[in-house]
Amino acid sequence: MTDFIRLTDVCKSYTRGKESISIFDRLNLVIPKGDFVAIMGPSGSGKTTLLNLLGGTDRCDSGQISFDGERIEGYSEGQLTAWRARNVGFIFQFYNLMPILTAAQNVELPLLLTSLSAQRRKENVLTALKIVELADRARHKPKELSGGQQQRVAIARAIVSDPKLLLCDEPTGDLDRSTANDILSTLQLLNRELGKTIIMVTHDPEAARFATRTLHLDKGQFVEVTT
Amino acid sequence: MNDLYLIWMNLFRKPLRTVLLIVSIFIAFLIFGLLVGVNVALNRATETGSASNRMVVANKINFTEPLPIAYLNRVSAIPGVVGATHQSWFGAFFRDSAQSRFVGFAVEPESYTAIFADQIKLGPGEREAFIRERTGVIVGRSLANQYGWQVGQTLPISSDIYFRPDGSRSWDMKVVGIFDGAKPTDPTNALYFNYDYLNETRPFGRDTVGTITVLTASPDINDQVAKAIDATFANSPFETSTVDEKTFSRAFLKQAGDLNFIITMVVAAAFAAILMIVGTTLVSAVRERTKEIGVMKTLGFPGHRVLRMVLGESLLLSGLGGLLGLGVAAVALNGLSRSPIGETFGALSMTAPVAAAGMGLALLLGLVTGLAPALSALRMNIIDALGRR
Repeated sequence: MTDFIRLTDVCKSYTRGKESISIFDRLNLVIPKGDFVAIMGPSGSGKTTLLNLLGGTDRCDSGQISFDGERIEGYSEGQLTAWRARNVGFIFQFYNLMPILTAAQNVELPLLLTSLSAQRRKENVLTALKIVELADRARHKPKELSGGQQQRVAIARAIVSDPKLLLCDEPTGDLDRSTANDILSTLQLLNRELGKTIIMVTHDPEAARFATRTLHLDKGQFVEVTT
Repeated sequence: MNDLYLIWMNLFRKPLRTVLLIVSIFIAFLIFGLLVGVNVALNRATETGSASNRMVVANKINFTEPLPIAYLNRVSAIPGVVGATHQSWFGAFFRDSAQSRFVGFAVEPESYTAIFADQIKLGPGEREAFIRERTGVIVGRSLANQYGWQVGQTLPISSDIYFRPDGSRSWDMKVVGIFDGAKPTDPTNALYFNYDYLNETRPFGRDTVGTITVLTASPDINDQVAKAIDATFANSPFETSTVDEKTFSRAFLKQAGDLNFIITMVVAAAFAAILMIVGTTLVSAVRERTKEIGVMKTLGFPGHRVLRMVLGESLLLSGLGGLLGLGVAAVALNGLSRSPIGETFGALSMTAPVAAAGMGLALLLGLVTGLAPALSALRMNIIDALGRR
């Protein structure tokens, strides 16, 4: 596997009132292409901040972040937005679907940023929904779906534009064990069959077991790697 | 699915709230359409009913104060005056004063129908009958239609100003003609009867008239003639003020108040209220969607596209309300123009400039109310929006 994501000497701090809180001080990380990484750690260890930096929704104070050989830390807001649309799919803990749209329309959202025709978008949406086994729920609104089904729609939305990287923030945190396992199996399938690189933040050791390796983060540094 | 669909779905995510907002915008634009429509019709009526070489001589104190009828001959003798007539407000009503008041003047038939020949179009022989018959009255087409009056009919026309020596307020008048205006849209809700008939039978105000209308040889000498007339009667018990007919009509309308100012104030108050209501509601509506906007930006929707969508919502909202309000105002004005009230104003309608101004105002309202929430959506930070820190 080749280097896909590389973080070099990344520093990140937040200001709370007059106090500056350092999250990362010279953090280094390499994730090969096609990896499925779980990131675990206590609250405040920097898991979500790491995900924000990897997804281009936040910026580091210093250091380098490269993605498939492309340096993104110096990108403007507009460049980062376009880069995200092209390369990253996001899966959130609470699904974050648009309640006014049907499952199919929610999945179609990222495709509105492409130049695909309406017919082509429809085909892609159906394919994504078939992958998550929800083609028969295409016309249902989120409130008409169970939590597990909503998360599947969110996964379909994340993969519909065929991004190289999937970032998952506690994707099973709101689900029961059985449904969580189904979701994690789907992610595993996406990793194995479609070659998606997946980085998943989780508190759940059971969920982490679905990943190929687990990185343990504490006080802004990786302290342990479990394979 | 496209951006317009998303705008529509977002706008109607809480249908009751959106409908109530549209109703409030609708009311503001209905008020705008009706008031401005009436104002335009009034202004048009003063324009169309005026001739450039016709001037009105009125008492300098106020046009409701009388002038001696003897002034007519003296005014006629002033160089540049080619014709003169007079008219006296009668305060006319039929049967019930509260319900059936209309415009009624006591005039000198021959000179009046000559000087106002452009506005009073009578049938063959009707002018001659009006001149001949002491109790004759000519009635405007719309007034005649309203009451079903016909030529030859004798009507008891009452006055809320004058009374007869026996205390009665009613004068029997015989309809000798029904007149039309110069154009079908000109108001014809008036009647004119013989001044002598009134003058001989009223116990007060005898040998006085309301105003005198003069016809000048050319509009170019209007000022000169007006100065000469007013100079003739300067320092007399009845000083005069002479102005062209258009100015006089506008001054007449202003007696009811400065309509332009009143309408501007009413419309401004309605829009200020709507601005507050719609603006605040949109701000809170966008705040409710903070997380969704954060998700859209995370998915890769650029800030300017999100701004455009929020602005699109406010524009669509005010556009719908404005269109409905102006549409209903147009229908109402059309209906009013066929009613007795409408006859007073002439052709009431939603003119293209008023409709265009209304839609312009709707767009402006949409922009102003949508700007704050749209900018807030544009500036919204993804991490703050999603609470991901």
